[in-house]
Amino acid sequence: MTVKIRSENLNLFYGQFHALMDVNIAIKPQAITAIIGPSGCGKSTLLRCFNRLNELIPTVRTTGRILLDDHDIFAPDTDLPRLRKRVGMVFQRPNPFPLSVFDNVAYGLRVHAMRSSRAEVEAVVESSLRATMLWDALKDRLTLPALELSAEQQQRLCISRLVAVEPEVLLMDEPCSTLDPGATEHVEELMRTLARQYTIIIVTHNMQQAARVSAETGFMLLGQLIEFGPTRAIFTNPSDRRTEDYVTGRYG
Amino acid sequence: MRIPPFLTQRLAISCMWIITALTLGVLIFVVAYILYHGLPLLTWTFLSEAPRSMGREGGVLPMIVGTLWCTALAVLVAAPVGVATAIYLTEYTREGRLTNIIRFGADCLAGIPSIIFGLFGFVFFVITLGMGFSILAGSLTLAIMVLPTIIRTAEEAIRRVPQSYRDVSYGLGSTRWQMVTRVVLRSALPGICTGIVLSVGRCVSETAAVMLTAGAALGFPRSALESSRTLALHFYILSREGISMPLAFATASVLILAILIINLSAYWLMRRFVTKVV
Repeated sequence: MTVKIRSENLNLFYGQFHALMDVNIAIKPQAITAIIGPSGCGKSTLLRCFNRLNELIPTVRTTGRILLDDHDIFAPDTDLPRLRKRVGMVFQRPNPFPLSVFDNVAYGLRVHAMRSSRAEVEAVVESSLRATMLWDALKDRLTLPALELSAEQQQRLCISRLVAVEPEVLLMDEPCSTLDPGATEHVEELMRTLARQYTIIIVTHNMQQAARVSAETGFMLLGQLIEFGPTRAIFTNPSDRRTEDYVTGRYG
Repeated sequence: MRIPPFLTQRLAISCMWIITALTLGVLIFVVAYILYHGLPLLTWTFLSEAPRSMGREGGVLPMIVGTLWCTALAVLVAAPVGVATAIYLTEYTREGRLTNIIRFGADCLAGIPSIIFGLFGFVFFVITLGMGFSILAGSLTLAIMVLPTIIRTAEEAIRRVPQSYRDVSYGLGSTRWQMVTRVVLRSALPGICTGIVLSVGRCVSETAAVMLTAGAALGFPRSALESSRTLALHFYILSREGISMPLAFATASVLILAILIINLSAYWLMRRFVTKVV
């Protein structure tokens, strides 16, 4: 079995608070992996380990290893901008920059100086907007301020912005929690399409969503990864009592 | 006796109305009074000629030029330094003793009377550095004077930029510098500009600090190393030394109109710019 991301004895502390405890997880490439669990269980924290975004918080300390394609991302020679380019993130709230649609998608290209000519940038913007099925709706309005789009379009735009830098892994932190059910369905459909090309890890407190989109699911509780396996098994035949209690709605 | 709530509400509202009207009234009275006395003398010759016989006759063109020189140079120096300091305080360092010291220093600087800056400028720029009474010495003094304003307004503006923009920018793999220049400064620009506009106003209207540093020469300044009298100082000298009250009022009118024009155009530019970016 090939593995895209593997964590080994991953521990994380916010100051004195032990937020992640010996997390060992193996994420398959080109598939959707869901992480579920009640609020505060550390699922977003785990997600933010994979692109080392937790390090923006001053008191965070991490131990253990995370291997991306068998290379430790905590190794001292890790190029952080390059890591974050490979492992991109979609946030809970749609958060386009207060720029035009075009400039939002082109942002990463410009940051990484990936394309030189205007025509090349335009081509990538188009393909990125096509990837999230926004192109037809927005092709004549690329100069529109991104904040004027609907919430769903904004979230799609954020995914386009990510896809533009040609990442390998997409981290999605409750990407639908501010969207209505219709928009949620569309974004889930988009995720399935994107999973043919990208490795996707989604954190969600919506169990039905995990059940609908993911191939594998991990259940977290109080900083521990309680159970990890094929989504069907987690939801129909969990081996741990706590997982069973959670997925049957006894708490959380 | 208990006053019924609807009455206290009425009372409070009327009090606030009266206070607001008073404040605005005083402001309008002052401006109107000056313009009433000054505008009749405000002719094209007054704006386009140099003063004659110490300012009893003639115009104020050299002072307009001197004011523009001093203000422009001061802001050109203070804005980059101030914004850079604000960026350092907010994005490049963690809160601690050092940031508190810098902030405390800036606040102290903001509370110092401008004549003290003038004295410092006189001792340091004019004498020690040998600049003499000059536009350069004057504008450097003004720059130090407005620095705290620029630092604090820029800092506030940068702090108001949502954290999510920073997260996204890092998440896309940008460096801190790219994040600051491409996202943070862009969103904070309107706030930063407000601070700069405030500073421009202070530079234009400053008297004490430039009196001791830029000097009071009546001639047309040909370079930044020459002395020049600013409009505010010209007004002060005309009235204080009893040279010509009518022309002092005319000078004050020019000053008021200049500040009005600067502020209006700055806000107009900002609105255009902001609607373009956001």
